[in-house]
Amino acid sequence: MGNVDQNGKIPNNVDLAGDKRLQRALEHWLPLYMEWWNDMGPAGFQTNDIYLRTAVSVEAGGWANFDYVKMPEYRWGIFMTPTESENSIGFGDHLGKPVWQEIPGEYRGNLRRIIVTQADTEPASVEQQRFLGTIAPSLYDMRNLFQVNVEEGRHLWAMVYLLFRFFGKDGRDEAEELLCRRSGDEDKPRILNAFNEACDHWLSFFCFTHFTDRDGKFQLASLAESGFEPLARTCKFMLTEEAHHLFVGESGLDRIIKRSAELTRETDGDPISAGGISLEMIQRSINYWFTFSLDLFGGEISSNAANFFGEGLKGRFKEHSRYEDHVMKDGIKIIPQVVDGSVVEEEVPYRNAINEVLRDEYIDDCQRALRKWNRTLEKAGLETRLTLPSRRFHRHQGLYSDHSFDPEGNVITKDRYEANSGRWLLNSDDNDYLVSIMNQVIEPGKMANWISAPARGINGQPLEFEYVRL
Amino acid sequence: MEPISFQVDSSRYRHWEVNKDGQRMRIHMSVDPAFPLREGYDLKLNSYDLGVDIELADIVRRLRFEHPEITSLVISSSHEQVFCSGANIHMLGISSHSWKVNFCKFTNETRCELEDWAAQADVRSICAVTGPCAGGGYELALACDEIWLIDDGNSAVSLPETPLLGVLPGTGGLTRLVDKRKVRRDRADVFCTLAEGFKGKRALEWGLVDTVAPRSRFDDQLKQHLDQIEADRPGRLERKGISLGPIEVSEVDGVRSSSTLSVAYKAEQRTAEITIDVPPVADAPTTLEQIHEAGDCFWPLRFTRELEDALLDLRVNRNGIGLALIKTTGNLDDIQGWDQVLVENKGDWFVDQILHLMSHVIQRLERTSCSFFALIEQGSCFGGSMLEIALACDRIYILDEQGVEVQRSKMNEGLLPMTTDITRCQCRLLGEPNLLEQTMGNYNRLDASSAEKFGLVTEALDEFDYEDMVPVAIEERVSLSPDSLTGMEANLRFAGPENLKSKVFGRLSAWQNWIFIRPNATGPNGALTLYGRPERPDFAWDRV
Repeated sequence: MGNVDQNGKIPNNVDLAGDKRLQRALEHWLPLYMEWWNDMGPAGFQTNDIYLRTAVSVEAGGWANFDYVKMPEYRWGIFMTPTESENSIGFGDHLGKPVWQEIPGEYRGNLRRIIVTQADTEPASVEQQRFLGTIAPSLYDMRNLFQVNVEEGRHLWAMVYLLFRFFGKDGRDEAEELLCRRSGDEDKPRILNAFNEACDHWLSFFCFTHFTDRDGKFQLASLAESGFEPLARTCKFMLTEEAHHLFVGESGLDRIIKRSAELTRETDGDPISAGGISLEMIQRSINYWFTFSLDLFGGEISSNAANFFGEGLKGRFKEHSRYEDHVMKDGIKIIPQVVDGSVVEEEVPYRNAINEVLRDEYIDDCQRALRKWNRTLEKAGLETRLTLPSRRFHRHQGLYSDHSFDPEGNVITKDRYEANSGRWLLNSDDNDYLVSIMNQVIEPGKMANWISAPARGINGQPLEFEYVRL
Repeated sequence: MEPISFQVDSSRYRHWEVNKDGQRMRIHMSVDPAFPLREGYDLKLNSYDLGVDIELADIVRRLRFEHPEITSLVISSSHEQVFCSGANIHMLGISSHSWKVNFCKFTNETRCELEDWAAQADVRSICAVTGPCAGGGYELALACDEIWLIDDGNSAVSLPETPLLGVLPGTGGLTRLVDKRKVRRDRADVFCTLAEGFKGKRALEWGLVDTVAPRSRFDDQLKQHLDQIEADRPGRLERKGISLGPIEVSEVDGVRSSSTLSVAYKAEQRTAEITIDVPPVADAPTTLEQIHEAGDCFWPLRFTRELEDALLDLRVNRNGIGLALIKTTGNLDDIQGWDQVLVENKGDWFVDQILHLMSHVIQRLERTSCSFFALIEQGSCFGGSMLEIALACDRIYILDEQGVEVQRSKMNEGLLPMTTDITRCQCRLLGEPNLLEQTMGNYNRLDASSAEKFGLVTEALDEFDYEDMVPVAIEERVSLSPDSLTGMEANLRFAGPENLKSKVFGRLSAWQNWIFIRPNATGPNGALTLYGRPERPDFAWDRV
């Protein structure tokens, strides 16, 4: 294992050529995947040359190789970060024992569930973003969208490899199911709610890649700690790609904020009159996508999460560098809960609150980006500041989903919530307006009116570079 | 602890929504997490405890009497994320052994009554599973005639008790899987060890559900099916339901009384004396119209409901009581008269349901972990249905004196079957078929020695022996190990053939009760104890 095989149908560093059974299974799946890609992948750009990076090696720096590619010809491969040495399990009840190269029987069900849930998000986001190319604000952004899309596709391959390699017939069935579910479909929805939400304009796309893909970063990072080494190594490699998706989201929002600030000043506070996006709308979009993404971390108090940690399957974000106690058998964590209509702090066994530990890390990371956007507003000379709503606001999962909260996290009545939700959350008028101002811009180097230009191009290329050959 | 009341009515349901649409009933499980029966746990994710099940039992009971016109019952859930996640594990984790056993027994009886009622009333029961349905949730589904599962890639049926909790799906799940649905044992084995269970297609292929439908077509398809069910059952609209009022109970000086019977508790002796008063039959309605008009005041119904309430109180609130003595007051002609009203009007839905309820309640007596002796003395009226209650007891003592008599009737020949579907006389006289033949159709009054001859009583004792021996028998009985007695009685009471119900109570529950006291489930490191806690179970690996 380790060397990259670029010659086979499926580029890989998992020695596919040496495992005929697995190779056959994946080659059988390839046409099904292509069918899905053609049906549900980016609409209208399958024959165009796109300036994409492709992983050709797992070594640092060598994994991003840029060239023009037609998306259906993208070399979706299976890559794992190489093994460092004799590894041991880094947390939970098996701390210090050698990592597993095969799945321990008693954890098969839990691992399958973890992998399928993660895998399901990858094709889902491609489906959600299917039509965004037709209203892209620039060739630069269009190319970034497609880069995200093909890499989500590759992430699906990475997860499907694990299903095929380690889960036999069950894994093959799950892999087919992954291609049958559809984002937002009434009958066959994707597993997690945020992946069934419509993402029909670029403000939502940037929020999605910023907030929802950031959940992916934290999930992958905690799975990268797994005692099941093939999963850990797969997720580590995926993280390198995920970083680009987060960059697309964070910088995209920053560019919209910069442009909105300019238009706000130019129009004396009415950027919509100039075809721009208002800061209120951006705030509503943040409120909407941030909170949907919070749901993805699971219940605040979860025995599944406690089991996953205890069993050594899923650790914490940067388990080694950020934590000293890797067993946490007796610790507690304070979780605010609603008792008799008010929020009170209650103690929960630490392991059962492990989802909340990861959610804390995520929220901190989101705050960091927010500070950056607020500096953009400050530089533009505006007083307005963007904020993250409370983690209790607009939740559909967990402790807080049974109650209504305002964005500050205060308990309010359901009536009050409903009366204000249009003011707090991206609403249908916003969406109609946003779609109406988003017209495709295809002149190299040019940007739509509602977004500012990025600081630099891709891979050292100028902004005027023809990132997509139309 | 506050005694548990089994009385509730639809205006007080906290955990269920009941919606009637013409001849269709739909009930939604909608458990309020904030109202567990005891403190110490929340009823999250549509999980249930005894309180939730007392409401369900009340719903089934009211369906029996208050809604004779309905043709279908759909059980669904109004929880957004799950259908039902089964019995509340935290409740089981903190409950005493006897609480767990009583909880499981009651929930089993509720599911059996749901099943029996649906068959007896010819109502099609359908469980509409529109979300993950685990453990006790799937066991409830198994008690329905049909299981519909939404095919959304997420909803699944599962029995995760063994892999997750180290216990059994003890509310009929295992038995119904292989005995009712006739799922192949090897497939059942796979299913019962797979925590996440099966979704749509696979669940259908393996016979775990009857119909799968996608979300977009689920409601329409179900509606069409209900239309057909209704069309197949014409003529029910003229039936007018009987409303069931509350049962009035008072307790003074250790005597718990209702309108038809009293239970005198002697805590220091660990006995209870249940005395049933049979009223003069002259007061009985004679026409069907009058019977319906009497409604829940019609003595046989009122008495049966009150007997059941007394038995449930005995089980759950009086754990120290080891022996119940059953007596009757009244005269034989009166009880025969009351029974005659029922027999003559058999075929009427209301009368039929009273008979079914009587069977159900006498079966409940036989499933109660308490010894029962019937005492037939001067002033007793053990005829027909009252004799059937005596026959349900572990022993029957009759005073051998002039005027003390028993009398069989049609009520003892199949109208009030045992759990195993045979009559109590058949069960008693398994080894004496000639005697059984002689008693069949013999409705004469029988004095003590004849009753003994026909095998209807344990012992006929003259005045002096009766006074000597009965108190001694009582004292002796309550001195024996209560656990041993429970096991002994459960084994002696049900001679003869087995059926699904008897397997649920006699085998599944017994194994579950054993597992409940094993360290692998309830020890400090047992799976049930540790469920939901950060630690994981530590099993002793010996197979016992």
